[in-house]
Amino acid sequence: MFETFYPQLIGLCTGALLLTSALMVWRHSLLASIRLLALQGMALAALVAVIGIAEGEPELVLVSLLILSVKGVGLPWVLAHQSKASIKQIQESPRLNPTAALLAVTLLTILSYVVVSRVFGLGDTTTGHAAPIGLAMVLIGFLLLISRRRARSQLIGFLLLDNGIATLAFLTSGGVPILLEFAVSLDVLLVVLILHVFAGRMRTKFGGTAVDQLRELHD
Amino acid sequence: MSFVLWIPLVGPLVFAGLSLLLGGSALRRFVGVAASSAVLVSGLLLVSAVLGGSVPDSGGGMLRADALSAYMLSVVGAVGLISTWGGLSSAASSRTKDAAGYEALIALFLAAMSLAVLADSIGLMWAAVEATTIATAFLVGHHRTRRSLEAAWKYVILGSVGVAIALLGIVLIYAASVGTDTPTLSWVLLSQSTRGLDPALITAGGALAVLGFATKSGLAPMHSWLPDAHSQAPAPVSGLMSGVLLSVALYAILRIQSITNLVIGPEFLRTMLSIGGLLSLLVAASLLIRQRDYKRMLAYSSIEHMGLMAIGVAIGPAALPSVLLYILGHGLIKATLFVISGRILKVEGTPVISDVRALLVRRPGLAVPWLIAMAAIVGFPPFSIFFSEVGIIMAGWSVGLGGVVGAALVLLLVIFAAFTRLTVQMTIGAPPDGAAFTPDYSSHGPRLPIILALATTATVAFVAEPVGTLLLQATAVLGGTN
Repeated sequence: MFETFYPQLIGLCTGALLLTSALMVWRHSLLASIRLLALQGMALAALVAVIGIAEGEPELVLVSLLILSVKGVGLPWVLAHQSKASIKQIQESPRLNPTAALLAVTLLTILSYVVVSRVFGLGDTTTGHAAPIGLAMVLIGFLLLISRRRARSQLIGFLLLDNGIATLAFLTSGGVPILLEFAVSLDVLLVVLILHVFAGRMRTKFGGTAVDQLRELHD
Repeated sequence: MSFVLWIPLVGPLVFAGLSLLLGGSALRRFVGVAASSAVLVSGLLLVSAVLGGSVPDSGGGMLRADALSAYMLSVVGAVGLISTWGGLSSAASSRTKDAAGYEALIALFLAAMSLAVLADSIGLMWAAVEATTIATAFLVGHHRTRRSLEAAWKYVILGSVGVAIALLGIVLIYAASVGTDTPTLSWVLLSQSTRGLDPALITAGGALAVLGFATKSGLAPMHSWLPDAHSQAPAPVSGLMSGVLLSVALYAILRIQSITNLVIGPEFLRTMLSIGGLLSLLVAASLLIRQRDYKRMLAYSSIEHMGLMAIGVAIGPAALPSVLLYILGHGLIKATLFVISGRILKVEGTPVISDVRALLVRRPGLAVPWLIAMAAIVGFPPFSIFFSEVGIIMAGWSVGLGGVVGAALVLLLVIFAAFTRLTVQMTIGAPPDGAAFTPDYSSHGPRLPIILALATTATVAFVAEPVGTLLLQATAVLGGTN
């Protein structure tokens, strides 16, 4: 029973991951991006749970709970932790228009399929077949980091990048050892907290969080 | 002996806790010095154990100290001691709440670097390197000015994205090991020649991991955070970051290289690191010629030296003893220079080179050590940097990388000229319009750490036993027999 559903469940989860990534590029509102990030965290947790059940590893189910609490609930809550009224008004004015950005997402996804199937030589298993999604998320995360101007939007790009790496890890090798998984989650959580504090300081010092203002240091 | 492995991890954590608990006590300013001493002492104990032929490990093989790890740990401790002792804050300023956090973060930073060099798992090593970014983020932004905030933002974003790329590489290396009997991230197991790791995954993983750690070690073209962060951080932090954090990232590259060399041979990473090294030298040369800020000048000098070390790593076993000696010499001298630059900044009140003139006449207490350390950093003998540079260049010729080291030599000459001009501009000359002044012989801080650092660097290259033996053992660990 589960075996017949397994490829479909993997496809569903990875599809949700890719869809949320593309929507993050499309939407310009910060609140929408944070909600998409929460959804993506849940999809990633579901993916890990599915792989865990299929491989019969209870450890992975534990990891899935960890991911759900950190990426699905914790991080989005930290990011959204300011008055709802002000966050709703924050709109990003990216360097790329939405059409060009979505086109870039398509190209990056195709590129990652080519790279993963040709270079890594994966793709004979169900999970290996879905592995390019992880790389595509990493590349889309880079796209967000480069094309966004606001501090918090760049932070979302960084988290997308990190989700992509986690996806790739689970799809290629069933996840890294659990101790490392804890260390990675803790590191990411702390980096996000630090950047969040800096974004707050930026708002008080510069009167806004546009990263373009950071131009005092140069040669 | 294996309990010694825990001292550099637990010791600084205890001191960090003390710093937060000590309240308004002035004792707090010694926390950094105490943590560095703990790291240095355990490093030296481990070195003596390694020279005695044992390889201490602990925590079920999670921590391990072979010759290379023990040597790196000693370097972390030594450079930490010079930076924190030389940059000791005054008793009055150490009573504030800011100072508590500052000292605690320095101690955490030292613990994270110690974990990075002691971990026998490239995954744990990755987590520790990322932890150094976390510990130093607020240290770079310590002054809370607009400039330091800008530097800290760029540092954390570029540092964590770079290290995230390294994680991607490590994930792929792990995926390669899943195809074998025992999936592992232990580099001891991964660098056993008989494992049959998948070459395609190791190539991609190795390239990404090296690219990521190269960002952290300040190699061009991923260097843009470095001059900002190193010039805005408080002097002891700059000394620690420039002196050892960059080398700890280079250590990670060495470990990755020892895995990829076995599976795909040395050629691939050799090309990558040669290009990165030469680009770094080029960037440093072109930006040093017209440099106006002396702390940024020191930061670009770090990019230069890391570039040359990367070329040494590219050359392979023949150059590795020189590279390892280089790590120690550069670390001690760069820490000294940053400490003195902090004192100059404090008494002169400006980081601009052209505003600091005739230092030798006006403030010989600062100018004399500054000149000696500058001579060491541009590579005058008897300081060990000279011997390391010569060693790397000779090794490059011998393995057929003559073109690369030739180009490096030309760029080194340009950098030498730029440094000489800037240093002369700062120190030599008569004070403006003959105004009356009294020469200031004060060193504006502890003298002993500076004397110790300069003396160590001047003599270490002549000590064959045990330094030479240790360096050869460390090279052997990386799969080279020299």
